Amino acid sequence: MIAVIDYGMGNLFSIYNALVRVNASPEIVHEPDRIIGASGIVIPGVGAFGKCMEKLSRFEVALFDEFRNGTPILGICIGQQVLFQRSQESPGAKGLGWIAGEVVKLPEGVMIPQMGWNSLCIKRHAEILEGLADGDMFYFVHSYHCVPEDKSIIVATAEHGVEVAAAISKDNLSATQFHPEKSGKKGLKLLDNFVRSTRC
Amino acid sequence: MLARRIIPCLDCDLGVPGGRVVKGVEFKKIRYAGIPWKLAAKYYLDGADEIVFLDITASHDRRDTMVSVIKKTSQEVFVPLAVGGGIKSKEDVRDVFNAGADKITINTSALNHPDLITEISDLYGRQAVVVAIDAKRRYELEDCREIVQTPEGPCWFECSIFGGRKFTGVDAIAWAKKAEKLGAGEILLTSMDKDGTYDGFDIQLTKEVVHRIKIPVIASGGCANPAHILQVFQRTDVSAALAASIFHFGEYSIAEVKNYLSERGVNIRL
Repeated sequence: MIAVIDYGMGNLFSIYNALVRVNASPEIVHEPDRIIGASGIVIPGVGAFGKCMEKLSRFEVALFDEFRNGTPILGICIGQQVLFQRSQESPGAKGLGWIAGEVVKLPEGVMIPQMGWNSLCIKRHAEILEGLADGDMFYFVHSYHCVPEDKSIIVATAEHGVEVAAAISKDNLSATQFHPEKSGKKGLKLLDNFVRSTRC
Repeated sequence: MLARRIIPCLDCDLGVPGGRVVKGVEFKKIRYAGIPWKLAAKYYLDGADEIVFLDITASHDRRDTMVSVIKKTSQEVFVPLAVGGGIKSKEDVRDVFNAGADKITINTSALNHPDLITEISDLYGRQAVVVAIDAKRRYELEDCREIVQTPEGPCWFECSIFGGRKFTGVDAIAWAKKAEKLGAGEILLTSMDKDGTYDGFDIQLTKEVVHRIKIPVIASGGCANPAHILQVFQRTDVSAALAASIFHFGEYSIAEVKNYLSERGVNIRL
């Protein structure tokens, strides 16, 4: 079972339907104890950083246990950003902090939010990028982007005034700034890769 | 760099179970193009970057039908879905988002209640709010209007509502700027002069609106062939082009159009 965390911020149908499409068994979970023993966990992305952390905080202990146990976890969009320590979007709000670094505003002079299809530049091999290639396009919607201290965890970037950390991977943790569930067949391929990693 | 988007638009009559896609907004010489979710799934497989559903049903009590159309579509289609037509309240908005829509498109209700833009934007994020503007050229120049130079002479643009049946006196370019300030994430800009003419997009209108706001603009109205889309992409910085009938009746497939554009140097997702 893949637990999709519902922290009360709207539409989870898309990610649910996309996981069903790649033959996973997703369950939208509303309570922290439901993620214990899940084969994989998805932290979806909706809303602003501070609001998300507020809603996510009651899952924090259970999520951290699963992270330490090696359960594959996929963060999407804001679900990637909350893995970091803090964000310029919500000064004062504390992120999960599993990844050292911060989330900063996209630079002046580019369209904000970045909204649309952008191409990936693959930096290094990662399980979630299996079968995907440089130039493949994914659907982005965001105004802030992640800047990890350890750049080696960035597995793919996308250019939008700055090199955006489009996908990161560290041990059992994967995350994308784009929305794989809205990125057509390539996005489904990435989700399929994640689902496979939960079966090992 | 962001790719230019190709967006098929499905005008839906939801007066029948499951709905049906129709051509044209006027209920004259109507042609049926298919069942909404099936057509959406076909366009998705064919490479649509996003899909817009517009409810053109004149009667009421069709919100349940739109919700079921979106629910079914979101099981089959994995690109962004936008829904518009007759959305008046935050409850309407919640229903379509809960069904799996990513964006809502509002025109009449935004002009009548501009605060609705801010309310939806605060709740769901700026990217979820598309303000649709149906603009008509007016050559009688008035003070305080945003004047645009066109090959046909200087003009301003007036917003219309109810699918072009009523005019508001509101300046379309000023309204686009205001909508951006209020929290709109995108402008769906339809030329009422070009709509239905199969004469190509209104380049001057599109160019002016794109220049005067920072959020993405979708060009609409007048598209009859791939060359029209190439023209609007080459001559303006518009983010996306929307078309309906050229895709509905098999004249061009989305894949054909995208290949055509890509071969001519447009940054397109293939």
